Amino acid sequence: MSSVATLVAQNVTPGRGAYNFGFLDETTKREVRRALLKAVALPGHQIPFGSREMPVARGWGTGGIQVTLSILGPDDTVKVIDQGADEGVNAWNIRRLVTDTSGVPTTTDSREATIIQTRHRIPETPLRDGQVLVFQVPMPEPLRMVEPSERKTRAMHAQADYSRAWVYLYEDVVRRGEISHATGYPVMVAGRYLLSPSPIPRWDVPKLNMADGLYLFGAGREKRVYAIPPHTEVVPIDFEDYPFYVESFPDRKCQKCGAEAVYMNEVVLDDGRHAFTCSDSGYCDSRLTGGVE
Amino acid sequence: MGYTAMQGGLSAIKAAEDLVRRRTLGRRRHALDPSEVAEKMSLGVDRVMSEGGLYDPAAAAVALVQAEGDLHEASFIVRAYRSTLPRIAYSIPTDTGEMRVLRRITPAFQFAPGGQLLGATRDYTQRLLDWRIAEPGSFAEDQAEPDACRAEPPVFTRIADLLRAEGLLPAPNESSPEPDDITRSPIVFPASRSARLQTLARAETGSITAFGYSSMRGYGTFAHGTVAELRVGLIPFRIRHPYTGQPVKVGEVQVTEAEEFTISPHRHPNAEDVEQFALGYGLVFGQNERKAIAMAMLDRQLAEGGGAMASQEEFVLMHIDGIEATGFVEHLKLPHYVEFQSILQGMRRRRDRHAATTTEREAALV
Repeated sequence: MSSVATLVAQNVTPGRGAYNFGFLDETTKREVRRALLKAVALPGHQIPFGSREMPVARGWGTGGIQVTLSILGPDDTVKVIDQGADEGVNAWNIRRLVTDTSGVPTTTDSREATIIQTRHRIPETPLRDGQVLVFQVPMPEPLRMVEPSERKTRAMHAQADYSRAWVYLYEDVVRRGEISHATGYPVMVAGRYLLSPSPIPRWDVPKLNMADGLYLFGAGREKRVYAIPPHTEVVPIDFEDYPFYVESFPDRKCQKCGAEAVYMNEVVLDDGRHAFTCSDSGYCDSRLTGGVE
Repeated sequence: MGYTAMQGGLSAIKAAEDLVRRRTLGRRRHALDPSEVAEKMSLGVDRVMSEGGLYDPAAAAVALVQAEGDLHEASFIVRAYRSTLPRIAYSIPTDTGEMRVLRRITPAFQFAPGGQLLGATRDYTQRLLDWRIAEPGSFAEDQAEPDACRAEPPVFTRIADLLRAEGLLPAPNESSPEPDDITRSPIVFPASRSARLQTLARAETGSITAFGYSSMRGYGTFAHGTVAELRVGLIPFRIRHPYTGQPVKVGEVQVTEAEEFTISPHRHPNAEDVEQFALGYGLVFGQNERKAIAMAMLDRQLAEGGGAMASQEEFVLMHIDGIEATGFVEHLKLPHYVEFQSILQGMRRRRDRHAATTTEREAALV
């Protein structure tokens, strides 16, 4: 057991106004990393952790921020995106929290980043070995749509009882003639745990399967972390006669870079026309400056 | 008229921050003095400390000035500041019987040992807007000393102990286990009493009052308990000395403590033991009496359980934190165009399918 004196010597910050590398104190970062190790060892299983309040509001990415700051080292390069965009105000706010408290370099090119923190998109360029994608998760529980009680959903996961999720999809088909669940589509991870991939569009769901990079998920308000390790089988749940499908943008091209077959933002112009651009702004910029086909 | 790519996120943030700073500084170009805020808006500062979960009046006053008086925002700033402070020691449990009492009332008895000590309260004051406060020099003649603690702590018998002596209230559970800490391990359900009390102690004052109120209006197990005792005062804060191992007092914190007697409606007709009251407990930082009373009420509601909202521990304990509730509600201000595009595609797809089937049906009728 550490004595008070040892802890003071290790941890006390020099007066008010000074912050530790990565904002959180070292004991907290170690605590988060231990939870993440457990999450990687049990793919798709939600691990409770002592989520701290961050200087960004609950529900605005505090889970992802804690994960990023806890795994961050001085040699990392960080990219932060919100809805796919590096320039979003919340992306900027999180990015400057990371840089102000750590001094690490940032990038908008997903290929240069070692850690990418994202709100609700997976970059178009596939992750490579060694890269980490950190998701901000509002509601980590994929069964919340059918069961409000945490006590009950934990039991359902323990027993791998996902029957009500299937009934939910079936009822959707009966009501709407299709599985209408749009973002945050529930997936089975390694054949064991049902997982909410956070509100990414369906478009991004196939990128979770057998990926080369590590996917970490942080839910700050709900105090859970979970993970999809590299080369893990991730399958969206569906029916043989109502198979999973993704959004489509037929005959659409990005107004800026001309890309096709990417997830698009639909924007309404002042004259009422609808235009489309890449949702992944870093990808779009890389195409414009060359280097990405 | 063309499409402008989203750019300048950082300069937009900085411009917004600059506007906020101007409001904080005001026309007189200086921020309110936090020490004056701590002294004269102490009930607001107390709320920020209680909901922020950090006993630090100076930090809470700075947060209140920084937040332009928004109590939720100030509590949030204090909570975030709390995350940067390493936990270097644990305090030793304090017997609140040692409280240096500023105010103590018992609604349960007209007179009880120690008497009723009103202290500073607005309870029996007519709430008439006092325009004199806006007039410079109105109180220049007033030489009264600010509220001071008594040098000798008054000795107050606990009202609960009077009933314990009569066998009408169970003795406190002395073998209490190591308490849970919801700031280190998320709450699990069923929740331990320590996790429940800690969650309620950090609760948002408006939310906890609303839940407590709902339980009094029929959406609860106990319609109306009896407040045994309400105390406001200073309690000693001790840690074990790292070298000698002896308890040392390192300061005092001001708290509000409420205890409430309730009778369980679920007593079995064939129960053989003697019927006793149960005690609900509330303890919050600073002077915040409505929160302490509501906490004591909900402590008992949640222990007893039942179908009402205020008796369901997941419903109450998962939604009562002000920082979490305001954060998630307000996150709806963030852009959601990626999700909305996916939802919109579904709506358009179903609209087109509906149009196609309608056309087919009409064609078949012709």
